[in-house]
Amino acid sequence: MPEKYHIETRPVPPRRPRIGKCGVVDWREDCARCHNCVKKACVFDRYRQETQYIRGLNEVDNLFFECMGCFSCVQQCTKGILALAANPAYERLGNSYWTPEIIQTTWTQAETAKIPVSGAGYRGKFTGPGFDAMWTDMSEIVRPTRDGIHGREYISTAVDIGRKSPLLTFNDDKLTAALPPLVDIPMPLVIDLMPLEYKINNLLPFMLAAAARTGILMLVDYRDWNLLGADKERHLPHVVFYLEAGAPLPPTEILRRTRLVEINDSSNIERRIGELKTIHPSIVTAVRIALDSRGIERATELGKQPYIEVLHLVSDINGNQIDAIRPRFVKDMVREVHNALVKSGVRDQITIMAGGGIALAEHLAKQIICGADLVSVNLPLLIALECHLCHTCQPRISCPAHMADIDAAYGVGRMTNLIAAWHDQLIEVMGAMGIREARRLRGEVGRALFFNELEEETFGRLFGTRKAA
Amino acid sequence: MVDSLVREKQHKQELPEKTTATFVPQEQVSREVKRAPSRYRNELSKYIIRRSNACILCGKCAELCPQGVHVLKPGYKYFAAPQQQVCIGPACQKTDHYCVDHCPQKALQMVENPMMKLMGDYRWTADMILATWKMAETGEPPSPEYGYDYETGASGGGFDRIRFKFPEKPPVEVDESEIDTSIELNRRGDGRPNIRIDVPWYGGGMSFGSVSISTQLSKARAAAAFNTFTCTGEGGYMERLHPYDDHTITQVATGLFGVREDTIQRVRIVEFKYAQGAKPGLGGHLLADKVTSAVARMRETVMGISLFSPFPFHSVYSIEDHQKHMDWIKHLNRRALVSTKVSTPADVDMVAVGSYSAGTHIIHIDGGYGGTGAAPDIAKKNIAMPIEYAIVKVHDFLTKEGVRDKVTLIASGGLRSAHDIAKAIALGADGVVVGTAELVALGCVRCGRCESGRGCPRGIATTDEELSKQVNVEWGSQRIINLYSAWRKELVSILKAFGMRSVAELRGRTDLLMHLDYENNAEQRK
Repeated sequence: MPEKYHIETRPVPPRRPRIGKCGVVDWREDCARCHNCVKKACVFDRYRQETQYIRGLNEVDNLFFECMGCFSCVQQCTKGILALAANPAYERLGNSYWTPEIIQTTWTQAETAKIPVSGAGYRGKFTGPGFDAMWTDMSEIVRPTRDGIHGREYISTAVDIGRKSPLLTFNDDKLTAALPPLVDIPMPLVIDLMPLEYKINNLLPFMLAAAARTGILMLVDYRDWNLLGADKERHLPHVVFYLEAGAPLPPTEILRRTRLVEINDSSNIERRIGELKTIHPSIVTAVRIALDSRGIERATELGKQPYIEVLHLVSDINGNQIDAIRPRFVKDMVREVHNALVKSGVRDQITIMAGGGIALAEHLAKQIICGADLVSVNLPLLIALECHLCHTCQPRISCPAHMADIDAAYGVGRMTNLIAAWHDQLIEVMGAMGIREARRLRGEVGRALFFNELEEETFGRLFGTRKAA
Repeated sequence: MVDSLVREKQHKQELPEKTTATFVPQEQVSREVKRAPSRYRNELSKYIIRRSNACILCGKCAELCPQGVHVLKPGYKYFAAPQQQVCIGPACQKTDHYCVDHCPQKALQMVENPMMKLMGDYRWTADMILATWKMAETGEPPSPEYGYDYETGASGGGFDRIRFKFPEKPPVEVDESEIDTSIELNRRGDGRPNIRIDVPWYGGGMSFGSVSISTQLSKARAAAAFNTFTCTGEGGYMERLHPYDDHTITQVATGLFGVREDTIQRVRIVEFKYAQGAKPGLGGHLLADKVTSAVARMRETVMGISLFSPFPFHSVYSIEDHQKHMDWIKHLNRRALVSTKVSTPADVDMVAVGSYSAGTHIIHIDGGYGGTGAAPDIAKKNIAMPIEYAIVKVHDFLTKEGVRDKVTLIASGGLRSAHDIAKAIALGADGVVVGTAELVALGCVRCGRCESGRGCPRGIATTDEELSKQVNVEWGSQRIINLYSAWRKELVSILKAFGMRSVAELRGRTDLLMHLDYENNAEQRK
């Protein structure tokens, strides 16, 4: 059995005051000064050392926002002077896709590296757009599964990136076909380029260190090579240079120490790949394709070409088709490309990496089920560093997360924790599905349930035609 | 094996009604409704009344309000805190006793309580929680005056978009006292007792550890009062449950915590839990903080160590293995019915038929949107299908296989009200299992902090000695009895509206349902 993939983590507390969903409002002027004040009975101890909290503004905020919303003090206060209020700062977090709930759970995972656990069942919408329109399946009695989560058997999350041979040829038990180069990473995740509006240069070295610590890869524009910090040479095996069409190639001695390189889609891809292979024959090349109005068609066409090893399909940051009035969602677009390549008989030969809209660990699993071999993420790592996604990352504009002040221990620690928590969650859902290898999860829609299909199969029969949305 | 013989040779097993004696005298609990007000000093309300300094204490508002919102006690100079929970809000504006309009000083203001925004969620809205509290207090469905929108949640799908197509007047006038809400649990005709429960629901499995002993006892007493059942969950059988043996289900789950011959033999139903809706495909979780010495002793484990049950049963990888399991239970307890609790994977219909052929009396399908215990958030909405789909699939498949009337189909996972129960039955279930609603009756606000630390701040899902004292068993059982009573009344009124004399008539009547997102033209499509 191969060595079990394990990410070392330790708790990394937040630097900034926590932003909770609600806070306690305390109208003290009517306080009866009871001896048995309900504040003393707070189960979460939010009040007990109230006076000690008042040492700085941040601590007052902590007291206010760490409320767990149980209403116990509100309901027990002798004079009824306590109330809970929705925290406007919480509601302002993120946007309609990157909801406050997503941001807060990401913060918690980045702090603790633990799988978020809560009680009282599910509390969300029945279904929703995008990744919320599907469920993963699970194995019951009739299909054997294995307990890979808490111990006994190994669930592998490793994936290979590159072009795979359709068949092996032997002569006298000796392999005669040349094996194409493959990059093996322990988890189906790579760190993608940051969108320009969220690009913060001082974070690049920490992202690279987190990639190295977790054994995954990080995409970086070669023009930012000098921003990668003092350890950049050491971490070169985890660097994937991204090259715009026509951009000069990195120096040979640097390129030869990397394993994967990504080029932007252009008309001369084959020649560009040829140039890279000439310098470094065992490098794997990926082609970045924007999922715009031509994206699916282009990806399907390129996927059939013998010189293509990896397609990196990228939607916008919210998982939507780029520049479309009625955009399709990334999982559906990737599924279409995947299915088209399956039909063409070439799907097994290439690797598909999908990016955009991956906000939670569940999206990672669902995107793979919909046909990607692995996914690329960017914003969750930024959120791990307490980013509010307020979209104002410009010089001289105040950043609520004080991104400029981040140190390595905090930055690398939080990002590593998040990746570890996602890995554990991926194993949870794979365990439930009875899937023991991430490689086998790819395109395994038989292990998923889709809202539209379930509705048609059950309610469609009972209630007829579904109304147009 | 025994069941195979019954099938093949067409002979009945001759078993006395009880092959083992009841171990201890059983407690009788009255189902009489008694008022059980909130245990909190300040009850949360949908509307709040603000009184400004302009008040001259004339007492007009107290005189006018038939609900008793304003309290000016004799001998007191000032008003006591208003009883806002009985304020009917905007519905009062149309009456001749709206305090705000009649106040000579215009000192009163009625507003929606802004805290409601923080209470509840899409599945359990604030209105639904308040209405459940009202039912638990009074034993009656809440008056429409309160304006609670409690029959559906706001999840935007499933039960929340399904409605009954009530006829303008019932096709047959049926007296409410004639309506039978009981269901039978043993349809196999295998000679085992034919247990009937008086209401088409029973209480879900919540272990000692996940909830306090007071919560468990309250559930058990309410179950005894309504001649139905509660379930131990996977945490052992507390001695204090013994007086309710006849209304308790022993759960045998993958961790086998607290499962002994004695706990199997003393009950009338044994439930195999293969999976659960809160975390389909994963075993039970009890985090370290909640594993107190009492919990550890009951489960024969170590205090302070998290308990993760395996998934699945490592001795069951086929229906044949499942049958072997069931034969073991049936041999140990010759009077017991066996229930098989599974989650809702894509092939839940196949699993159900497999379980039937292995000899189960009850197929209990637990959908992904329910659950009360600690669960990874990723499992809650992402694994297995919601129960609404599963009921239809299983009911149809059992019917096609010709065995629908040989097995009892019980559904659970996100059923919150009598309306959900009726919809589940109309979709094809015989009955349901409820869990969260019982906890809400005990005062749960669904803050979701049940999983760790000292556990539930409301004293329900905790094993902390101090916190669990918040729930008194007498009060707790009365709250659940009141809730059951209100639900039964609602269910009876639904059956009456359709002119039905029995809840069994409602099963599978999808023709009585409509879906707000559909054209409801299935007939034409055929």
